[in-house]
Amino acid sequence: MIENLIRVWDKYWILFLQGLGITLLLSLITVVAGCILGFLLSLLRMSKLRIFHFRPLNTIAGIYVEVIRGTPILLQLYFFYFMLPEMIPFLNPSKLVCCTFALCLNSAAYVSEVIRAGIQAVDKGQTEAARSLGLNQKQTMMHVVLPQAVKNILPALCNEFVTMIKETSLASTFFVGELMTVYRTISGALFLTIEPLIIVGIIYFIVTFTLSKGVLYMEKRMAASAA
Amino acid sequence: MEIKTNKKTEAGEELIRVEGLEKKFGSLQVLKGIDQVIRKGEVVSVIGPSGGGKSTFLRCLNLLEVPDGGSIFFEGVDITRKDVDINLHRQKMGMVFQHFNVFPNMTVGENVTMAPVLLGKKTKEEAREMAKELLNRVGLLDKIDAYPQKLSGGQKQRLAIVRALAMEPDVMLFDEPTSALDPEMVGEVLNVIKELVKTGMTTVIVTHEMGFAKEVSDRVLFMDGGVIAEEGTPEELFEHPKSERTKEFLGKVLY
Repeated sequence: MIENLIRVWDKYWILFLQGLGITLLLSLITVVAGCILGFLLSLLRMSKLRIFHFRPLNTIAGIYVEVIRGTPILLQLYFFYFMLPEMIPFLNPSKLVCCTFALCLNSAAYVSEVIRAGIQAVDKGQTEAARSLGLNQKQTMMHVVLPQAVKNILPALCNEFVTMIKETSLASTFFVGELMTVYRTISGALFLTIEPLIIVGIIYFIVTFTLSKGVLYMEKRMAASAA
Repeated sequence: MEIKTNKKTEAGEELIRVEGLEKKFGSLQVLKGIDQVIRKGEVVSVIGPSGGGKSTFLRCLNLLEVPDGGSIFFEGVDITRKDVDINLHRQKMGMVFQHFNVFPNMTVGENVTMAPVLLGKKTKEEAREMAKELLNRVGLLDKIDAYPQKLSGGQKQRLAIVRALAMEPDVMLFDEPTSALDPEMVGEVLNVIKELVKTGMTTVIVTHEMGFAKEVSDRVLFMDGGVIAEEGTPEELFEHPKSERTKEFLGKVLY
Protein backbone atom coordinates (compact mmCIF):
# COMPACT_ATOMS: atom_id res chain seq x y z
CA MET A 1 0.00 0.00 0.00
CA ILE A 2 2.66 2.49 1.09
CA GLU A 3 4.81 1.21 -1.74
CA ASN A 4 2.00 1.83 -4.18
CA LEU A 5 1.48 5.35 -2.84
CA ILE A 6 5.12 6.21 -3.40
CA ARG A 7 5.12 4.58 -6.80
CA VAL A 8 2.05 6.52 -7.95
CA TRP A 9 3.42 9.81 -6.63
CA ASP A 10 6.83 9.24 -8.20
CA LYS A 11 5.34 8.51 -11.55
CA TYR A 12 2.59 11.09 -11.71
CA TRP A 13 3.53 13.96 -9.39
CA ILE A 14 3.64 16.37 -12.29
CA LEU A 15 0.05 15.48 -13.19
CA PHE A 16 -1.06 15.95 -9.59
CA LEU A 17 0.57 19.35 -9.36
CA GLN A 18 -0.89 20.38 -12.70
CA GLY A 19 -4.29 19.34 -11.44
CA LEU A 20 -3.74 21.35 -8.29
CA GLY A 21 -2.75 24.33 -10.42
CA ILE A 22 -5.97 24.14 -12.38
CA THR A 23 -7.97 23.66 -9.17
CA LEU A 24 -6.40 26.75 -7.62
CA LEU A 25 -6.79 28.79 -10.78
CA LEU A 26 -10.41 27.75 -11.18
CA SER A 27 -11.17 28.58 -7.54
CA LEU A 28 -9.39 31.93 -7.75
CA ILE A 29 -11.19 33.01 -10.92
CA THR A 30 -14.44 31.83 -9.43
CA VAL A 31 -14.03 33.72 -6.20
CA VAL A 32 -12.74 36.92 -7.81
CA ALA A 33 -15.55 36.98 -10.36
CA GLY A 34 -17.92 35.85 -7.63
CA CYS A 35 -16.82 38.81 -5.51
CA ILE A 36 -17.46 41.32 -8.26
CA LEU A 37 -20.82 39.82 -9.19
CA GLY A 38 -21.65 39.26 -5.54
CA PHE A 39 -20.93 42.88 -4.68
CA LEU A 40 -23.26 44.08 -7.44
CA LEU A 41 -25.84 41.56 -6.31
CA SER A 42 -25.62 42.73 -2.70
CA LEU A 43 -26.13 46.33 -3.89
CA LEU A 44 -29.27 45.19 -5.69
CA ARG A 45 -30.46 43.39 -2.58
CA MET A 46 -29.99 46.51 -0.48
CA SER A 47 -31.37 48.96 -3.04
CA LYS A 48 -34.17 51.18 -1.91
CA LEU A 49 -35.77 51.54 -5.35
CA ARG A 50 -39.47 51.11 -4.79
CA ILE A 51 -42.38 51.02 -7.19
CA PHE A 52 -45.44 51.29 -4.96
CA HIS A 53 -44.90 48.47 -2.47
CA PHE A 54 -42.86 46.40 -4.89
CA ARG A 55 -39.07 46.51 -4.77
CA PRO A 56 -38.09 45.02 -8.13
CA LEU A 57 -34.30 44.96 -7.74
CA ASN A 58 -34.44 43.41 -4.27
CA THR A 59 -36.88 40.80 -5.44
CA ILE A 60 -34.89 39.78 -8.52
CA ALA A 61 -31.65 39.53 -6.54
CA GLY A 62 -33.44 37.69 -3.74
CA ILE A 63 -34.91 35.12 -6.09
CA TYR A 64 -31.52 34.61 -7.71
CA VAL A 65 -29.82 33.97 -4.37
CA GLU A 66 -32.54 31.63 -3.18
CA VAL A 67 -32.54 29.60 -6.41
CA ILE A 68 -28.76 29.20 -6.31
CA ARG A 69 -28.77 28.26 -2.65
CA GLY A 70 -31.75 25.97 -3.07
CA THR A 71 -30.37 23.81 -5.87
CA PRO A 72 -27.34 21.47 -5.86
CA ILE A 73 -24.15 22.90 -7.27
CA LEU A 74 -23.79 19.77 -9.42
CA LEU A 75 -27.13 20.53 -11.02
CA GLN A 76 -25.96 24.07 -11.77
CA LEU A 77 -22.81 22.65 -13.38
CA TYR A 78 -24.87 20.34 -15.57
CA PHE A 79 -27.20 23.18 -16.46
CA PHE A 80 -24.52 25.53 -17.72
CA TYR A 81 -22.51 22.70 -19.26
CA PHE A 82 -25.45 22.12 -21.58
CA MET A 83 -26.97 25.60 -21.69
CA LEU A 84 -23.96 27.84 -22.28
CA PRO A 85 -23.00 26.38 -25.67
CA GLU A 86 -26.65 26.80 -26.69
CA MET A 87 -26.79 30.39 -25.46
CA ILE A 88 -23.53 31.57 -27.03
CA PRO A 89 -22.79 29.08 -29.83
CA PHE A 90 -20.65 31.61 -31.71
CA LEU A 91 -18.13 31.70 -28.84
CA ASN A 92 -17.97 27.93 -28.70
CA PRO A 93 -17.26 27.82 -24.96
CA SER A 94 -15.04 25.02 -23.75
CA LYS A 95 -16.03 22.61 -20.97
CA LEU A 96 -13.77 24.52 -18.57
CA VAL A 97 -15.42 27.84 -19.45
CA CYS A 98 -18.88 26.36 -18.86
CA CYS A 99 -17.87 25.00 -15.47
CA THR A 100 -16.14 28.22 -14.45
CA PHE A 101 -19.23 30.14 -15.46
CA ALA A 102 -21.48 27.94 -13.35
CA LEU A 103 -19.16 28.13 -10.34
CA CYS A 104 -18.91 31.94 -10.64
CA LEU A 105 -22.67 32.35 -10.64
CA ASN A 106 -22.88 30.00 -7.68
CA SER A 107 -20.18 31.83 -5.77
CA ALA A 108 -21.76 35.22 -6.48
CA ALA A 109 -24.89 34.22 -4.61
CA TYR A 110 -22.97 33.18 -1.50
CA VAL A 111 -20.60 36.14 -1.65
CA SER A 112 -23.51 38.57 -1.95
CA GLU A 113 -24.92 37.17 1.28
CA VAL A 114 -21.52 37.50 2.97
CA ILE A 115 -21.22 41.14 1.85
CA ARG A 116 -24.79 41.96 2.81
CA ALA A 117 -24.35 40.47 6.26
CA GLY A 118 -21.01 42.27 6.67
CA ILE A 119 -22.51 45.64 5.78
CA GLN A 120 -25.58 45.13 7.90
CA ALA A 121 -23.43 44.14 10.87
CA VAL A 122 -22.03 47.68 10.99
CA ASP A 123 -23.90 49.54 13.74
CA LYS A 124 -26.76 51.68 12.44
CA GLY A 125 -25.50 54.51 14.66
CA GLN A 126 -22.48 54.83 12.38
CA THR A 127 -24.69 55.62 9.42
CA GLU A 128 -26.77 58.03 11.48
CA ALA A 129 -23.70 59.85 12.71
CA ALA A 130 -22.33 60.20 9.19
CA ARG A 131 -25.65 61.36 7.77
CA SER A 132 -26.10 63.84 10.62
CA LEU A 133 -22.81 65.46 9.58
CA GLY A 134 -24.24 66.03 6.11
CA LEU A 135 -22.64 63.13 4.22
CA ASN A 136 -24.90 61.71 1.53
CA GLN A 137 -25.71 58.03 1.27
CA LYS A 138 -22.84 57.23 -1.06
CA GLN A 139 -20.24 59.12 0.99
CA THR A 140 -21.50 57.40 4.13
CA MET A 141 -21.13 54.02 2.43
CA MET A 142 -17.64 54.70 1.03
CA HIS A 143 -16.06 56.45 4.00
CA VAL A 144 -17.80 55.04 7.06
CA VAL A 145 -19.70 51.80 6.46
CA LEU A 146 -17.60 49.91 3.91
CA PRO A 147 -14.22 50.38 5.65
CA GLN A 148 -15.78 48.82 8.75
CA ALA A 149 -17.69 46.17 6.82
CA VAL A 150 -14.49 44.98 5.10
CA LYS A 151 -13.27 43.67 8.44
CA ASN A 152 -16.35 41.49 8.71
CA ILE A 153 -16.31 40.49 5.07
CA LEU A 154 -12.66 39.70 4.30
CA PRO A 155 -12.25 36.59 6.48
CA ALA A 156 -15.57 35.23 5.24
CA LEU A 157 -14.47 35.76 1.63
CA CYS A 158 -11.26 33.84 2.26
CA ASN A 159 -13.33 31.02 3.69
CA GLU A 160 -15.42 31.14 0.53
CA PHE A 161 -12.19 30.60 -1.41
CA VAL A 162 -11.36 27.57 0.74
CA THR A 163 -14.85 26.18 0.19
CA MET A 164 -14.56 26.78 -3.55
CA ILE A 165 -11.31 24.80 -3.73
CA LYS A 166 -13.30 21.80 -2.54
CA GLU A 167 -16.37 22.58 -4.64
CA THR A 168 -14.35 22.66 -7.87
CA SER A 169 -13.87 18.91 -7.48
CA LEU A 170 -17.45 18.57 -8.75
CA ALA A 171 -16.29 19.94 -12.09
CA SER A 172 -14.38 16.68 -12.54
CA THR A 173 -17.75 15.27 -13.65
CA PHE A 174 -16.92 16.94 -16.96
CA PHE A 175 -13.19 16.09 -16.97
CA VAL A 176 -11.97 19.69 -16.93
CA GLY A 177 -8.48 18.78 -15.75
CA GLU A 178 -8.52 19.87 -12.10
CA LEU A 179 -7.21 17.73 -9.27
CA MET A 180 -10.16 15.33 -9.07
CA THR A 181 -10.01 14.81 -12.84
CA VAL A 182 -6.37 13.85 -12.42
CA TYR A 183 -7.45 11.26 -9.89
CA ARG A 184 -9.97 9.78 -12.31
CA THR A 185 -7.40 9.69 -15.10
CA ILE A 186 -4.72 8.01 -13.02
CA SER A 187 -7.00 5.54 -11.29
CA GLY A 188 -8.38 4.59 -14.70
CA ALA A 189 -4.90 4.08 -16.14
CA LEU A 190 -3.52 2.08 -13.20
CA PHE A 191 -6.68 0.28 -12.09
CA LEU A 192 -5.88 1.60 -8.60
CA THR A 193 -8.69 3.35 -6.76
CA ILE A 194 -7.46 4.00 -3.22
CA GLU A 195 -3.85 5.12 -3.54
CA PRO A 196 -4.31 8.07 -5.93
CA LEU A 197 -7.39 9.05 -3.92
CA ILE A 198 -5.29 9.28 -0.76
CA ILE A 199 -2.69 11.39 -2.53
CA VAL A 200 -5.34 13.74 -3.90
CA GLY A 201 -6.97 13.91 -0.47
CA ILE A 202 -3.67 14.85 1.17
CA ILE A 203 -3.10 17.60 -1.41
CA TYR A 204 -6.59 19.04 -0.88
CA PHE A 205 -6.14 18.88 2.86
CA ILE A 206 -2.73 20.56 2.94
CA VAL A 207 -3.98 23.43 0.78
CA THR A 208 -7.28 24.07 2.57
CA PHE A 209 -5.83 23.56 6.06
CA THR A 210 -3.01 26.01 5.41
CA LEU A 211 -5.38 28.58 3.98
CA SER A 212 -7.85 28.20 6.85
CA LYS A 213 -5.09 28.71 9.39
CA GLY A 214 -3.95 31.75 7.42
CA VAL A 215 -7.46 33.19 7.56
CA LEU A 216 -7.61 32.62 11.32
CA TYR A 217 -4.32 34.42 11.73
CA MET A 218 -5.55 37.30 9.60
CA GLU A 219 -8.75 37.55 11.66
CA LYS A 220 -6.75 37.75 14.86
CA ARG A 221 -4.47 40.39 13.42
CA MET A 222 -7.45 42.49 12.30
CA ALA A 223 -9.17 42.14 15.66
CA ALA A 224 -5.98 43.28 17.36
CA SER A 225 -5.43 46.28 15.08
CA ALA A 226 -7.27 49.44 16.04
CA ALA A 227 -10.92 48.38 16.12
CA MET B 1 -35.27 76.69 -2.78
CA GLU B 2 -37.74 79.07 -1.25
CA ILE B 3 -36.38 81.30 1.48
CA LYS B 4 -38.92 82.79 3.83
CA THR B 5 -38.26 86.14 5.40
CA ASN B 6 -37.00 85.69 8.91
CA LYS B 7 -39.26 87.02 11.62
CA LYS B 8 -37.34 88.97 14.21
CA THR B 9 -38.40 89.21 17.80
CA GLU B 10 -36.69 90.32 20.99
CA ALA B 11 -35.80 86.75 21.82
CA GLY B 12 -33.71 86.37 18.67
CA GLU B 13 -34.27 85.20 15.14
CA GLU B 14 -36.35 82.16 14.48
CA LEU B 15 -34.03 79.23 13.68
CA ILE B 16 -36.29 76.18 13.69
CA ARG B 17 -40.05 76.24 13.32
CA VAL B 18 -41.98 73.00 13.74
CA GLU B 19 -45.59 72.89 12.60
CA GLY B 20 -47.99 70.01 13.27
CA LEU B 21 -45.21 67.42 13.39
CA GLU B 22 -46.47 63.84 13.36
CA LYS B 23 -44.58 60.55 13.36
CA LYS B 24 -45.82 56.98 13.37
CA PHE B 25 -43.90 53.77 13.85
CA GLY B 26 -46.21 51.20 12.32
CA SER B 27 -49.54 51.73 14.02
CA LEU B 28 -47.99 53.50 17.01
CA GLN B 29 -48.31 57.27 16.82
CA VAL B 30 -45.22 58.62 18.56
CA LEU B 31 -45.66 62.31 17.79
CA LYS B 32 -49.17 63.70 17.69
CA GLY B 33 -48.81 67.16 16.25
CA ILE B 34 -45.97 69.21 17.71
CA ASP B 35 -45.73 72.97 17.21
CA GLN B 36 -42.58 74.64 18.38
CA VAL B 37 -40.28 77.53 17.57
CA ILE B 38 -36.61 77.51 18.51
CA ARG B 39 -34.82 80.83 18.30
CA LYS B 40 -31.17 81.64 17.67
CA GLY B 41 -29.09 81.38 20.82
CA GLU B 42 -31.79 79.60 22.75
CA VAL B 43 -31.06 76.59 24.94
CA VAL B 44 -34.03 74.24 25.03
CA SER B 45 -34.20 71.09 27.14
CA VAL B 46 -36.66 68.33 26.40
CA ILE B 47 -37.60 66.18 29.37
CA GLY B 48 -40.25 63.57 30.03
CA PRO B 49 -40.83 59.86 30.53
CA SER B 50 -39.40 57.22 28.20
CA GLY B 51 -41.59 56.58 25.18
CA GLY B 52 -42.96 60.10 25.33
CA GLY B 53 -41.48 61.00 21.96
CA LYS B 54 -38.54 63.16 23.10
CA SER B 55 -35.86 61.47 21.03
CA THR B 56 -38.14 61.04 18.04
CA PHE B 57 -38.90 64.75 18.14
CA LEU B 58 -35.20 65.59 18.19
CA ARG B 59 -34.38 63.10 15.43
CA CYS B 60 -37.11 64.58 13.26
CA LEU B 61 -35.44 67.99 13.44
CA ASN B 62 -32.62 66.85 11.15
CA LEU B 63 -34.77 64.26 9.42
CA LEU B 64 -33.00 61.20 10.77
CA GLU B 65 -36.62 60.21 11.27
CA VAL B 66 -38.82 61.21 8.37
CA PRO B 67 -42.02 62.82 9.67
CA ASP B 68 -45.39 61.48 8.57
CA GLY B 69 -47.03 64.87 8.82
CA GLY B 70 -46.32 68.53 9.42
CA SER B 71 -43.43 70.76 8.43
CA ILE B 72 -40.04 71.69 9.79
CA PHE B 73 -38.57 75.03 8.79
CA PHE B 74 -34.84 75.41 9.32
CA GLU B 75 -33.46 78.88 8.64
CA GLY B 76 -36.64 79.62 6.74
CA VAL B 77 -36.61 76.55 4.49
CA ASP B 78 -39.14 73.73 4.79
CA ILE B 79 -36.71 70.82 4.97
CA THR B 80 -39.48 68.22 4.83
CA ARG B 81 -40.10 69.10 1.19
CA LYS B 82 -38.94 66.44 -1.26
CA ASP B 83 -37.02 68.90 -3.46
CA VAL B 84 -34.81 70.09 -0.59
CA ASP B 85 -31.30 68.63 -0.34
CA ILE B 86 -31.35 67.64 3.31
CA ASN B 87 -27.61 66.92 3.31
CA LEU B 88 -26.84 70.62 2.90
CA HIS B 89 -29.04 71.52 5.86
CA ARG B 90 -27.70 68.73 8.04
CA GLN B 91 -24.25 70.29 7.71
CA LYS B 92 -25.64 73.16 9.76
CA MET B 93 -27.22 70.92 12.42
CA GLY B 94 -24.78 69.12 14.67
CA MET B 95 -26.00 66.02 16.42
CA VAL B 96 -24.67 64.11 19.42
CA PHE B 97 -25.99 60.63 20.14
CA GLN B 98 -26.57 58.61 23.26
CA HIS B 99 -24.15 55.93 22.10
CA PHE B 100 -21.49 58.37 20.81
CA ASN B 101 -21.26 56.70 17.39
CA VAL B 102 -17.66 57.80 16.90
CA PHE B 103 -16.04 56.20 13.86
CA PRO B 104 -13.82 53.35 15.12
CA ASN B 105 -11.93 53.04 11.83
CA MET B 106 -10.56 56.58 12.08
CA THR B 107 -8.24 58.26 14.55
CA VAL B 108 -9.61 60.91 16.88
CA GLY B 109 -8.28 63.61 14.54
CA GLU B 110 -9.76 61.96 11.46
CA ASN B 111 -13.11 61.66 13.19
CA VAL B 112 -13.11 65.44 13.46
CA THR B 113 -11.67 66.36 10.06
CA MET B 114 -13.38 63.79 7.85
CA ALA B 115 -16.67 65.59 7.24
CA PRO B 116 -15.37 69.17 6.81
CA VAL B 117 -12.71 67.96 4.34
CA LEU B 118 -14.97 65.56 2.46
CA LEU B 119 -17.72 68.13 2.12
CA GLY B 120 -15.30 70.80 0.93
CA LYS B 121 -15.65 73.15 3.88
CA LYS B 122 -11.98 73.07 4.78
CA THR B 123 -8.65 71.95 3.39
CA LYS B 124 -6.88 69.14 5.18
CA GLU B 125 -4.49 71.54 6.90
CA GLU B 126 -7.20 73.96 7.98
CA ALA B 127 -9.30 71.09 9.30
CA ARG B 128 -6.36 69.65 11.22
CA GLU B 129 -5.67 73.03 12.82
CA MET B 130 -9.31 73.41 13.79
CA ALA B 131 -9.39 69.85 15.13
CA LYS B 132 -6.40 70.64 17.34
CA GLU B 133 -8.05 73.74 18.71
CA LEU B 134 -11.41 72.04 19.34
CA LEU B 135 -9.83 68.94 20.87
CA ASN B 136 -7.75 71.15 23.10
CA ARG B 137 -10.91 72.84 24.33
CA VAL B 138 -12.34 69.50 25.50
CA GLY B 139 -9.02 68.18 26.81
CA LEU B 140 -8.43 65.58 24.12
CA LEU B 141 -5.55 67.14 22.21
CA ASP B 142 -3.09 64.49 23.37
CA LYS B 143 -5.37 61.79 21.90
CA ILE B 144 -5.49 63.27 18.39
CA ASP B 145 -3.67 60.35 16.78
CA ALA B 146 -5.17 57.61 18.96
CA TYR B 147 -8.04 55.40 17.89
CA PRO B 148 -11.39 55.76 19.70
CA GLN B 149 -11.02 52.20 21.00
CA LYS B 150 -8.55 53.62 23.52
CA LEU B 151 -10.97 56.27 24.82
CA SER B 152 -13.32 56.11 27.79
CA GLY B 153 -17.05 56.70 27.30
CA GLY B 154 -16.77 60.30 28.46
CA GLN B 155 -13.87 60.93 26.10
CA LYS B 156 -15.76 59.36 23.21
CA GLN B 157 -18.73 61.62 23.85
CA ARG B 158 -16.51 64.70 24.03
CA LEU B 159 -15.00 63.61 20.72
CA ALA B 160 -18.49 63.23 19.27
CA ILE B 161 -19.32 66.78 20.34
CA VAL B 162 -16.13 68.10 18.74
CA ARG B 163 -16.86 66.13 15.56
CA ALA B 164 -20.24 67.85 15.29
CA LEU B 165 -18.77 71.28 16.07
CA ALA B 166 -16.18 70.90 13.33
CA MET B 167 -18.92 71.44 10.78
CA GLU B 168 -19.57 74.85 12.41
CA PRO B 169 -23.26 74.17 12.86
CA ASP B 170 -25.94 76.74 13.64
CA VAL B 171 -27.64 74.44 16.13
CA MET B 172 -26.55 71.49 18.23
CA LEU B 173 -28.93 68.62 18.92
CA PHE B 174 -28.12 66.39 21.88
CA ASP B 175 -29.94 63.08 22.18
CA GLU B 176 -29.51 61.92 25.80
CA PRO B 177 -25.76 62.60 25.66
CA THR B 178 -25.02 61.24 29.13
CA SER B 179 -27.43 58.30 29.38
CA ALA B 180 -24.89 55.68 28.27
CA LEU B 181 -22.08 56.98 30.47
CA ASP B 182 -20.70 55.67 33.74
CA PRO B 183 -21.80 58.05 36.50
CA GLU B 184 -18.30 59.41 37.07
CA MET B 185 -18.07 60.54 33.44
CA VAL B 186 -21.36 62.41 33.26
CA GLY B 187 -19.85 65.56 34.75
CA GLU B 188 -17.06 65.98 32.21
CA VAL B 189 -19.51 65.76 29.31
CA LEU B 190 -22.03 68.11 30.89
CA ASN B 191 -19.23 70.61 31.49
CA VAL B 192 -18.32 70.58 27.81
CA ILE B 193 -21.96 71.20 26.92
CA LYS B 194 -22.14 74.03 29.47
CA GLU B 195 -19.08 75.68 27.96
CA LEU B 196 -20.65 75.34 24.53
CA VAL B 197 -23.89 76.91 25.68
CA LYS B 198 -21.94 79.87 27.05
CA THR B 199 -20.63 80.63 23.56
CA GLY B 200 -24.21 81.32 22.47
CA MET B 201 -24.72 78.11 20.50
CA THR B 202 -28.37 77.31 19.87
CA THR B 203 -28.93 73.99 21.62
CA VAL B 204 -31.70 71.45 21.89
CA ILE B 205 -31.00 68.74 24.41
CA VAL B 206 -33.02 65.68 25.30
CA THR B 207 -31.95 64.71 28.79
CA HIS B 208 -32.76 62.92 31.99
CA GLU B 209 -30.38 65.18 33.94
CA MET B 210 -32.96 67.43 35.55
CA GLY B 211 -30.46 69.49 37.51
CA PHE B 212 -28.56 70.20 34.34
CA ALA B 213 -31.69 71.07 32.38
CA LYS B 214 -32.69 73.46 35.13
CA GLU B 215 -29.30 75.11 35.19
CA VAL B 216 -28.54 75.68 31.50
CA SER B 217 -31.91 75.96 29.78
CA ASP B 218 -33.74 79.05 28.66
CA ARG B 219 -36.79 76.94 28.13
CA VAL B 220 -37.85 73.42 29.09
CA LEU B 221 -40.31 71.26 27.18
CA PHE B 222 -42.05 68.44 29.00
CA MET B 223 -43.09 65.77 26.51
CA ASP B 224 -45.50 62.97 27.26
CA GLY B 225 -47.70 60.80 25.07
CA GLY B 226 -46.44 62.34 21.84
CA VAL B 227 -47.28 65.94 22.69
CA ILE B 228 -45.58 68.80 24.49
CA ALA B 229 -47.61 68.59 27.69
CA GLU B 230 -46.09 71.69 29.21
CA GLU B 231 -43.36 74.22 28.47
CA GLY B 232 -41.85 77.17 30.22
CA THR B 233 -38.75 78.60 31.81
CA PRO B 234 -36.90 76.17 34.08
CA GLU B 235 -38.31 78.04 37.06
CA GLU B 236 -41.89 77.85 35.84
CA LEU B 237 -41.67 74.20 34.94
CA PHE B 238 -39.63 72.84 37.81
CA GLU B 239 -40.91 75.07 40.65
CA HIS B 240 -44.48 75.70 39.56
CA PRO B 241 -45.58 72.99 37.16
CA LYS B 242 -49.15 73.48 36.04
CA SER B 243 -50.09 70.14 34.49
CA GLU B 244 -50.82 67.18 36.73
CA ARG B 245 -48.71 64.97 34.48
CA THR B 246 -45.67 67.21 34.89
CA LYS B 247 -46.10 67.28 38.66
CA GLU B 248 -46.36 63.52 38.77
CA PHE B 249 -43.26 63.08 36.60
CA LEU B 250 -41.14 65.57 38.53
CA GLY B 251 -42.30 63.99 41.79
CA LYS B 252 -40.88 60.66 40.66
CA VAL B 253 -37.45 61.80 39.44
CA LEU B 254 -34.71 62.90 41.71
CA TYR B 255 -32.61 65.89 40.87
